[in-house]
Formats: sequence, C-alpha cells, structure tokens
Amino acid sequence: MEALQRQPVQRWVAQCDGCIRVHDEAMIRVWMNLILLAVVLSGLSGAWGLLSTGRHAWGQWVASACMALAGVLGVGAGLAALAGNKTLVIQYPGVLPGIAMHLKLDALAAFFLVLIFVVGAAASIYGLGYWPQARRRRTAQKLQFVYGLMIAAMAMVTLAADAVVFLTAWEVMVVAGFFLISTEDERADTRQAGWVYLVATHVGTLSLFGVFALMHAATHSYMLAAIPPADGAVVRLCIFLLALLGFGIKAGLMPLHFWLPGAHGNAPSHVSATLSGVLLKMGIYGLLRILMCLPQPPAAWGVVVLSLGAMSAVFGVAFALGQHDLKRLLAYHSIENIGIILMGLGVALIGVAEGHPMWVLFGMAGCLLHVWNHGLFKSLLFLGAGSVISATGSRKIDALGGLARLMPWTAALFLLGAWAICGLPPLNGFISELLVYIGALVPATHAGAGGWAAVSLAAVALAVAGALALACFVKVYGAVFLGMPRSKQALRTREVSLAMRVPMVVLAVMCLVIGLFPMVVLTPLEHAVGVWAWPMGGSKRLATAVPWRELSIAGLALVTGAGLIWLLMRRSSSLRLRRAEPTWGCGYVQGTARMQYTASSLAQMLVAMLRWVLLPVQQGGAPAGIFAGRASFHSDVPDLVTDRLLFRFWRWLQLRLRPMRRVHQGSIQRYLLYILLVLFVLLLTLVPVWTIVRHMLAP
Amino acid sequence: MTGTINSLLVVVLLVNLFMLGASRMRALIHAAASQGVILSFMPLLLAARLDWIAVVVAGVTIGLKGLIIPRILHKALRDAKIKREVEPLIGFLPTMLLGALGTVLSLVLAACLPVVGHPVSNLVIPVSLSTILTGFLLLTTRVKAITQVIGYLILENGIYIFGMLLLAAVPFLVELGILLDLFVGIFVVSIIIHHINQTFSSMDTRQLTALRE
Repeated sequence: MEALQRQPVQRWVAQCDGCIRVHDEAMIRVWMNLILLAVVLSGLSGAWGLLSTGRHAWGQWVASACMALAGVLGVGAGLAALAGNKTLVIQYPGVLPGIAMHLKLDALAAFFLVLIFVVGAAASIYGLGYWPQARRRRTAQKLQFVYGLMIAAMAMVTLAADAVVFLTAWEVMVVAGFFLISTEDERADTRQAGWVYLVATHVGTLSLFGVFALMHAATHSYMLAAIPPADGAVVRLCIFLLALLGFGIKAGLMPLHFWLPGAHGNAPSHVSATLSGVLLKMGIYGLLRILMCLPQPPAAWGVVVLSLGAMSAVFGVAFALGQHDLKRLLAYHSIENIGIILMGLGVALIGVAEGHPMWVLFGMAGCLLHVWNHGLFKSLLFLGAGSVISATGSRKIDALGGLARLMPWTAALFLLGAWAICGLPPLNGFISELLVYIGALVPATHAGAGGWAAVSLAAVALAVAGALALACFVKVYGAVFLGMPRSKQALRTREVSLAMRVPMVVLAVMCLVIGLFPMVVLTPLEHAVGVWAWPMGGSKRLATAVPWRELSIAGLALVTGAGLIWLLMRRSSSLRLRRAEPTWGCGYVQGTARMQYTASSLAQMLVAMLRWVLLPVQQGGAPAGIFAGRASFHSDVPDLVTDRLLFRFWRWLQLRLRPMRRVHQGSIQRYLLYILLVLFVLLLTLVPVWTIVRHMLAP
Repeated sequence: MTGTINSLLVVVLLVNLFMLGASRMRALIHAAASQGVILSFMPLLLAARLDWIAVVVAGVTIGLKGLIIPRILHKALRDAKIKREVEPLIGFLPTMLLGALGTVLSLVLAACLPVVGHPVSNLVIPVSLSTILTGFLLLTTRVKAITQVIGYLILENGIYIFGMLLLAAVPFLVELGILLDLFVGIFVVSIIIHHINQTFSSMDTRQLTALRE
C-alpha cells in the first residue's frame, strides 16, 4: 500500500455542494493518507508476532501497540473527515492488469471507519489480558495476525469505490473472520460454528457477486455508481433482493441469522466483541452503499426492510431470553439491535420513496447512530462477558452468581453496557432508539402521510423489543452478578487485569458521552445522512428538531441524583438497607445458592408467553409424591433456523447422497481419472460427430 | 524449418508411446528427460532470430529437464530403495493401446479445434493433446509415487508444446515461471517421497486410500 502511494496517482475531488476549496481538498487528502496508514499498520500488526518463537509476549505487545496507534490515527482522521464532510476519490491505475483501483472517502465511510478503529483497538488491547501469548502460544500468534488483517480488510471495505476492491476486501474480511471464530478448533462445537459461518458467509458473497455483475451490466463500469433510473425496474429489484440476501446474512437479519449465535458464542470474547460490534455493521454498510446506487427506490423496499427489521428486533430478543449461555445470549441481542438499525433504514427508505425529508433524516440518523452505539455497548458487554469467563472459566449463566462483590469493576461496566443496550436514558442506546422512535412516529403526525401512518406500528415493535431486552438483562445481571455464587469457580474469582479493564472503561466512557451530550454527534450524523440521502438535498435540521440541551440536562441531573443517593447510602448508616426477616420465616429466611432464582426461572414466564415462536424443549419436572425423590429439570431454546431447519435438512441431504460415497474412493489415480474423463468429454463436444456421421452415411 | 519441427514432434509422439510401454523405472526417467530436452530446442528453431533471452531460456530448460530433474528422480529412486519396476494398475500393452487411441483422437480433435492464425506446424496441437493424455494415463494407471511425478512432468511437457502456439504472445518470463514451479514441485515431492518412505516403508499411492473419510 505504501508503495502505491508513491506512484503518481490521479486524484480528483468531488463535492455534492459544488464549490471546492483548495484547503479542504488538501486536508481530506491528508486524512485519507492517515487512514491508509492506519490500515497498513493494523494489517501488518500481527506479522511481527509470527516471527517470535511464541514463548515471548513481545509480539503481542507490538500487535496491540500497532492496533492502538492505528486506532488513534484512524479515529482522528475519520472524525476529521467526518467533520470536514468532503468526498475524495483516488484512482490507482494498473494495480491489476487492465483494472484501476478506486478508493473513496466520504462522511459515510468515515462514520463506519471511526467505529472500526475504536473497537478494533480496544479489543486488541483487551486481548493482552484475555488471550495472553504466554499461555496461548500458537493460537495467540495466529489470532493477532488474522485479527489485524480483518480490521484492515473492514476498513478497506468502507473505502472501496469499485466492485473489485470491495469484493477483495470483503473476502479477506470474511475469511479472516472464519479463522478468528475457529481459534479454539480443538472443540467440536467451535469447528461446527466455523463451518456454518463459512458456508453462510459464502452464500452471501455469491449473491454479492450477483449484485455487482448486475450493476456492471446496468452501468458498464465496476464503480459503485448510481444506476440510471431509466433502467429496468426488474434489474433494480433483483439487485436489491440479492443485496438484501448477501448483506443480510452478514448483518444477521432474522431468518438469515443462523450462523450468528454459534459463531459469536464460540469465538474468543474480544473477537466476539469485534465481530458483533463491527463486522455485522459491514453488512449494514454494504446495504447502504448499494441502496445509494439505486435512486428512487419504491416504497415497498422500505416496507420490506422495516418489517424484516421489526421481526429481527422482536424475535432476536425473544430468543435471547431463553439462552443459558452468556455469549450466545449477547449474540441474539446483536440480532435484535441489527433489527433496530434496519427499522431506521426502512423508515428512511420509505421517506425517500415518498419524498419526505424528515422521515429520511430521523430514520437514517437513528440507523447510523445505532450502528455506532451498538458497536460501543455490545463490544463493552462482550468484553465484560469475557472478563467473567476468564475469571470463572464458565459461560453458563446458571453456574455463576454473586460476582458483583468479587469483580466490582466488571460488574459496574457490564451494568452500564446493559443499561445502554436496553435503551434506557441517559445512555447512548436511548439517544439512537429515540431517533428511530421519532422516525417511526413522524409519519403518524405528518399531514398528508396517508396510509403511511401505519409505519408508526414499528414503534410498537421497538417498544416490545426494548421491554423484552430489559427483562433479559435483568435476568443476566441478576443471575451473573447478584445473588450468591452457584459454583466453586464463581467463588474463587478475582477482578481482571488492568489491560482488560482499560478498554472497557474507554468504551463505557464513550457510551456515557454520547448519552449525556448527544449534541456532539449531531454534526457527524447530519453529514453521514447527507451523503446517503444526497438526492434529498442537505439536511441540517437534526439539531433543532429535538430539545437536545434539555435532554442533556435531564440526563446529567439523573446521573448526579443517582450518584448522590448512592453516596448518601454509603455514608449514612440510617439509610443503609437493613435486613429484616419475618418472625415465622419457617427456614426460608437464609437462602442458599440452590434456593435462588436461576436464569431460566427468571425468564420462565416470558419464555412461556412466547412459546409459540421459541418452541422451548423441557426435560424433567417437579418432584412427585409425598417422599419426593431426586428430580431434575432442564429447559433449552434451540435456534429455530439452525437446529430445527438447516441441520435437519443437512442430515436428510447426507442420507440421500450416501450413494455418492462410492465415487469418493480416496484413490489419487481414480480422482485423476475423473479429471481426465471430464476433459475428454469436454473436448469431444468440440467434435461435430453428427456432421461426420452424416458425411459418412451420404453416398 | 517446418520439416525439422515436424520430425521432432513425431519423435515426441514416439517417446510418449515408449513411456507408456516402459516397464523399467530408469528407462521411464530417461525417456521423460529426453522428451524434455527435445522440447527445449523447439523455441530456438521457432524464433525468427536468436536473441540471448531465448538461448538462456532454452539452456535453463535443458539443464532442468535434462539433467537436474532426472538426477533428483534417480536419487529418490536410490535413496528410497524403490523397486526398479514400474507397477501398473492395468497392463503395459493396454495402456499403450489406450495411448495410441488417444493420439488418434487428438488428431481428430485438433482438426476440429477453432484455431486463430496459422500454427507453425499442423502437428503442434495434436502432439500437445496426446502428450497431455499420456501424462494423464501415467498418472491414472501407475501406482508408485515416483511415476506420479513423471506423469506430472509429461503433463507439463504437453502444456509446453501448446505454449509453442503462443510463442509470440507468452513472454519467456512466464515460461521461466512455469519451469520454476515445476522444479520446486518435483524437488518437494522427492523430499516427501523420501520422508514417507522412511516413515511408512511403502511408496504405494494406493495406501493413501486409508486417509479418506
């Protein structure tokens, strides 16, 4: 990459508004170069570690230092480019014979770049404590190398301006993801999760090839450029559906989410944080970019995206409720949040189709801000879960408990993340969900919206998802951090190291800042929305549409009030909660670890209410008889798509294809013979047998 | 000029048939080496004028295919104490007949192929196809790992002949690249043969079926 930059390159600056100032042009070029430098740094960050013997940890320190530096560079340059709101396209001719390489930096790309580099750096530093090279040796070396590669590839995906760069970076990103997920490949479920991911993601890549082929057919160029509206509606519909499939699989849209819980559950936690916080967003980014190439979308597309988003949001959190595995639960919450993001996008698409700038503004602002926010608090939660796992060695919620006293930092930070993901004020999740709410409710209050007032039903779905998320995190936090330890591991727990706490604190502070001072993100948001919705013209009304200052003051008051109450309760003994037992407690006064609510029992009522979709599996039950013997109870919520549909289908297919096993002999000679026969048949098709026969028959 | 090339190509065809019938490992290696040397001379005959690159490439090719690779194979043969006979899956005579049939078919196919421009000799395409088929026959009908190596070598020779059609278009650099690949491949395989032989005391590729699922 560095060599490329030295080449004489053609550059030009394009700007939607018109006027180009020399100063801005020079600045955005600087930002672009800094971001490219960050890409190179992160891409090579793990390479040094490969050279070390594995016993020494310096490779890991170098990798994390490189990622941190790349993070600083990338975030700084990204924010600057976001504030500058200019567009720069760079062309590198002749990288591949006959094909030029195009990179483009605009506010939308910068918006995603900031997230990539923040989470990339934070999780890498966390890895120092969570996956130390001294203990993990070879897997740590491999992990660092592939991790840096994935971060660099994700950044290149956001910078790509043509199909070749996009697909190349996409494929590198996806394959790196596979290696990261299968880090602990000695475990069978990790291997299976890796394979499911690989198959799913390549189905997605295949449909992306379809998208770009169709776009090339329409525009006669590999650039990601707008397709002239005159072109056939059928082609554009095909592009939209293929993009929804390809990027939907990556983002974890509800029926296409099947690879996600296993993959995110089985990867090392800081990798899960990056996968969930950033990699899923690449699907959203791709969808946004492709939609930018399809001007004048029909409103039906918006309705499709909105309903799929609402479905993901509600059912994602519903499945999360039934999980017993901490990381699988968080993975299902990612599906929920992707749903919320897509609901924002759906509202914006309907707005574009119907020509209402306000719908676009709020829908899109909610969508984009939630991309950032989910990236922040979900990585925070995954890192928190990682701390719990590294301290106790268990992912099972029912084996934990009472960790708040033993790990106060982790407990506090996890609580903050949980607060944010539930969309409660005054944290960042509330701000973005507020924007999506407004986006969904604006059509109802809008005169002349007509039947589109029905869009407001999305707000109901969002509210249901929010309530269920709250219930779910009450369950998680209650079972993991409160109560009494349920196992010996949970008893022998210590707070995690500084290297693991610092990245969590950084992410938590970002959640707090966005939540308490939402004004700081309004300008970047407006710029990014403006890039996406360029046909709608500039949109500068975000700052005045919501009373942000009052919101901020209320949030600050809430935090200060809560802090004061906490201090008072600590100080004065009179206000401290006192334990009071009823006189005739009948032995129930002093609960033991076995008598407290388990995760399943906390969620039992809601799971029973949602039985029609969750289809929970239960074994055992209440003990029977007067002298009741031992009894056991176990409940599980298998995934609807993976366990109930796909695996069954695969087993069926395997059974049906058993006769094909006979062809699969394992003999080199025979395989080569197959190749020879195919070659022979292909060559024979060139022989005009029929003509020869006719000639021979003719007298 | 065309006469010389045609006669050389016919020799290549004969060597093909000879290799299919060869029962001695040593003879097989020699035949493959001589075929390689014959082929290496062809670009020199085809070139309009002798420039030094062509000479260098021809020299390197002769050195590799005529000297170094046969030496490696002989050494592998000696070190691994492989029995000096070629072990066929189907008999020598049937393979030779198959090879002859393949040559006839190649001639028919070559007539049907849509070729742009005029090749230097009408025999180039059929001989190339026939050599590729010979390589494949060796690969599919012989058991020992070392015959597999020779099979790939012959396969490459066939592709090399085909490349003669594109002499103007394919730069020598590409030829050299292919040659390097081949050399490294054979080098690695002979080392592997040596190691496998030391570990398992067998060089029979049929045993590899034990690795299947």
